[in-house]
Amino acid sequence: MRFVDEYRDADKARALAARIASLCEPGRRYKFMEVCGGHTHTIYRHGLEDYLPESVTLVHGPGCPVCVIPMGRVDDAIAIARQPDVIMTSFGDMMRVPGGRGSFLDAKAAGADIRMVYSPLDALALARRNPDRRVVFLAVGFETTAPSTAMTVLRAAREGVANFSVFCNHVTIIPAIKAILDSPDLRLDGFIGPGHVSTVIGCRPYEFIARDHGKPLVCAGFEPLDVLQAVAMLLRQLAEGRAEVENQYARVVPWEGNPRALRAIGEVMELRPHFEWRGLGFISQSALRIRDAYAAHDAERIFEVPGVRVADPKACQCGEVLKGVLKPWECKVFGTACTPETPIGTCMVSSEGACAAYYNFGRFTRRRVEEVTPA
Amino acid sequence: MCLGIPGEIVEILPGRTDLARVEVAGVRRAINIGLLGEGAVRPGDWVLVHVGFAMSKIDEAEAAATLALLDGLGQAYADELEALSGSDIT
Repeated sequence: MRFVDEYRDADKARALAARIASLCEPGRRYKFMEVCGGHTHTIYRHGLEDYLPESVTLVHGPGCPVCVIPMGRVDDAIAIARQPDVIMTSFGDMMRVPGGRGSFLDAKAAGADIRMVYSPLDALALARRNPDRRVVFLAVGFETTAPSTAMTVLRAAREGVANFSVFCNHVTIIPAIKAILDSPDLRLDGFIGPGHVSTVIGCRPYEFIARDHGKPLVCAGFEPLDVLQAVAMLLRQLAEGRAEVENQYARVVPWEGNPRALRAIGEVMELRPHFEWRGLGFISQSALRIRDAYAAHDAERIFEVPGVRVADPKACQCGEVLKGVLKPWECKVFGTACTPETPIGTCMVSSEGACAAYYNFGRFTRRRVEEVTPA
Repeated sequence: MCLGIPGEIVEILPGRTDLARVEVAGVRRAINIGLLGEGAVRPGDWVLVHVGFAMSKIDEAEAAATLALLDGLGQAYADELEALSGSDIT
């Protein structure tokens, strides 16, 4: 496994930790947000916070697409699933996400035909095999998955698969970052940029963060050493008085992104005027819908969609966790009423949700540490 | 769903330039390579696969590192592989 060692080497991690410590200005505190749930997972799984000086805090961001789906949209999807002849399809991640009146799993148990698929193309194949049924694909995800949905709609249109449609819930990362930058709750010193989203959108869309907000952003890979290196790169920029977009993950992320994927999204989808995010509220131009040209494959135009807004349960503080204002363990119901087995909030459902990642890696001692040394 | 899984291209499907057979963790499945551009990948190349589509070309070292990282994920990776093994997009 010589390849792997390159990204896991404990000596390298210690060397990076020393470099990080040396780049910190004495007396200054640093708060960096990792935007992507994949990074949150790596941070907890490998205990990366233990490699950081006390003055550096990592804050978890909104980059888990399952976590940001508001409860009302889950209810809408279930309402579509209950209509005659419908087969609702979805990624496995969505099955346990609670709506206002239960999850997909609950609706399935009550008789709705809801099936898990690996790819939107599997949903399309299901539609071809079942011409007398109406197959709907519940599309969720950031720019990482939106091109796949777009390519599938293009193919459905080309092949004339009239019984295939998409309930589109794709969201875009940049407006969410903007909302966080504009939020008065949180003062951040920089961002660890998402890895996989950036393979599609590239690094250029982040430039406003450096230019207009004066904060550095480093796109990073998902290995433990990638994340530590990104922290070091952020600190070096701050130490040198720079605010730039840098690409730590150049081995996968091209600076210009994937132009074909962007073209596919642009051909099939357009920005919605606004979309509700769990915890962040309504954010303008932050989500995608199907363009008029592909209306025949847009579930929102084919089916009656209730579109009811459902407030999050009072006890649930996913909103604060998604904005990085609260750490998972600071939520009132974390680990007690809300667990991965019986989640109240979305952050506990998805394996990339901050709460589930924290819960699964059992770092409960952290609470006591934080209580004696408040940030 | 968010997991990018490395796969090795085994063959481009005859007559279907947008589909390739890849080997992912011992499972051979068809995936769509339409987002990479014509002729961008050949048998032996590694790609990062998201929900049935190759999103980017990667080298063997990156593939090995990513596979090791995924192995450490436990259930989430097992679920994703199970979903993949049930996938048939041809």
